[in-house]
Amino acid sequence: MTSNASIKTSLDVNKIRKDFPVLNQKINDYDLIYFDNAATTQKPKAVIEAMTQFYEHDNSNVHRGVHALSVRATEHYEAARAKVKRFINAKSAKECIFVRGTTEGINLVAQSFVAPYIVPGEEILITHMEHHSNIVPWQMVCKNRGSILQVAPISYEGEILLDEFEKKLNDNTKFVAINYVSNALGTINPVKQMIEMAHAKGAKVLLDGAQAMAHLPVDVQDLDCDFYAFSGHKMYGPTGIGVIYGKEELLNGMPPYQGGGEMIQYVSFESTEFAAIPHKFEAGTPNIAGAIGLGAAIDYLSSLDLDAIADYEDQLLHYATEAVQSVHGFNLIGTAGHKVPVVSFVHGKIHAHDIGTILDSEGIAIRSGHHCAMPLMDFYGLAATSRMSLSFYNTQQEIDFFIEALKKVKEVFV
Amino acid sequence: MSMDLRELYQEIIIDHNRNPRNHHPLDDATTQANGFNPLCGDKLTVYVKLSNDVVADLSFVGCGCAISQASASLMTEAIKGKTIAEAHELFQKFHHMLTLDEEPQFSAMDKLTVLAGVKAFPARVKCATLAWHTLEAALNKDTAVVKTE
Repeated sequence: MTSNASIKTSLDVNKIRKDFPVLNQKINDYDLIYFDNAATTQKPKAVIEAMTQFYEHDNSNVHRGVHALSVRATEHYEAARAKVKRFINAKSAKECIFVRGTTEGINLVAQSFVAPYIVPGEEILITHMEHHSNIVPWQMVCKNRGSILQVAPISYEGEILLDEFEKKLNDNTKFVAINYVSNALGTINPVKQMIEMAHAKGAKVLLDGAQAMAHLPVDVQDLDCDFYAFSGHKMYGPTGIGVIYGKEELLNGMPPYQGGGEMIQYVSFESTEFAAIPHKFEAGTPNIAGAIGLGAAIDYLSSLDLDAIADYEDQLLHYATEAVQSVHGFNLIGTAGHKVPVVSFVHGKIHAHDIGTILDSEGIAIRSGHHCAMPLMDFYGLAATSRMSLSFYNTQQEIDFFIEALKKVKEVFV
Repeated sequence: MSMDLRELYQEIIIDHNRNPRNHHPLDDATTQANGFNPLCGDKLTVYVKLSNDVVADLSFVGCGCAISQASASLMTEAIKGKTIAEAHELFQKFHHMLTLDEEPQFSAMDKLTVLAGVKAFPARVKCATLAWHTLEAALNKDTAVVKTE
């Protein structure tokens, strides 16, 4: 039995849960316990309603029309961009480009910033804990351009080894791409320091912020990152929308990512002039409803007591960590000092897939697999882990039920 | 635990996972193939020793979830001694059992029917069929790595 102290919070978690309609259902006759938030978060009614409202009342294409609906749609879309600017404290809204998600944002920077300028022999530095979306685009650039991919090592606890990271930085390093928070381990990386180190060597830095947005306040000016990518659906917004933030002077110097309508000033068969940022990087009709949904997610988060949320999530993390450790045979993967509420674990004799299926039969949703981080799995000598990733709508009672289910998993196998 | 899950992890599956049959490499194998499930990391190699058109010996090595290991183990027991044609037929029957909405064509005595329960867990079907797809590849002398995607 765990001697875990009870979680105390000023949040009215039951009231918050009512904001999320999807949580109110049964899976296999059990109440749904959704512990897969790092894969995607659930959406509050406010987000769903904002998108429905758009389609029911304001739907029109943006930027091009002179009629009332088009003006309204454009206002909503650009208002969402302004909300993003404030949420991440960018200097200007035009530094916030709407894309499909973190992956597209990273690919945009790889193709439009790094690839055109990097020369053979120059280096791109990432870390051993990156998600495939922050590995493969750089591998593609290196293959295309003859540049070299360097990988900064991590400790067994799942932390960046800062002195090793610094050693990897040299005069050939032109670009650094690092995740702010690890999706598989929950580690929060000391990115501000890493950015300073990279800048000292003349390298530019992109942060993969996908896993940070739901848990940490982000101030891109304070971090001084050159680019920052994140997804709407990982922060209580819809899928299909995300943002790539870039410093204005850098974005201005970059060639477009995709060509088409919207991103032009003037088109003729003799020559075409591109639009200024942000529209230079937003070819075609954007995911207007998605952007509006993302804006509504930002509004929803901003309406909550974010300090209380951070404290509650920290308690959830510690409660869950102690609880999993208390069940003999389960081992934690990722024990960094600073983490978001993600707990990855393995059992010596039971495969992650089997754990996941048995938990699913009791209504519990966790993720089993390599978490799009195969090099990280290789580092631990594992094929897969089971991962529980929590949010402010999860509860201590859910964790207690989950622990009882984990014990049942053992009964089946051991 | 629901009845469905109980059926899935029945004694036979647990037993074959804990003590997989024919779980070793085959030095004098006629052919072999590798299989990989990228979704969860199940990996295995199937070794086949043919004597004319009979599967004289069959084994596997690998690591993965209980379903994939048990299925591989049960497969080696079912296929050993069968002809190549019978092996192909059994693969079809097994694949249908897991993917089509039909009553299993195996007799109730046949151990392979224990894996029919996997149908209720669509995310796990690929775990059960990995070894069989790999066997097919070995028999068809396809040396590329079999993937379940």
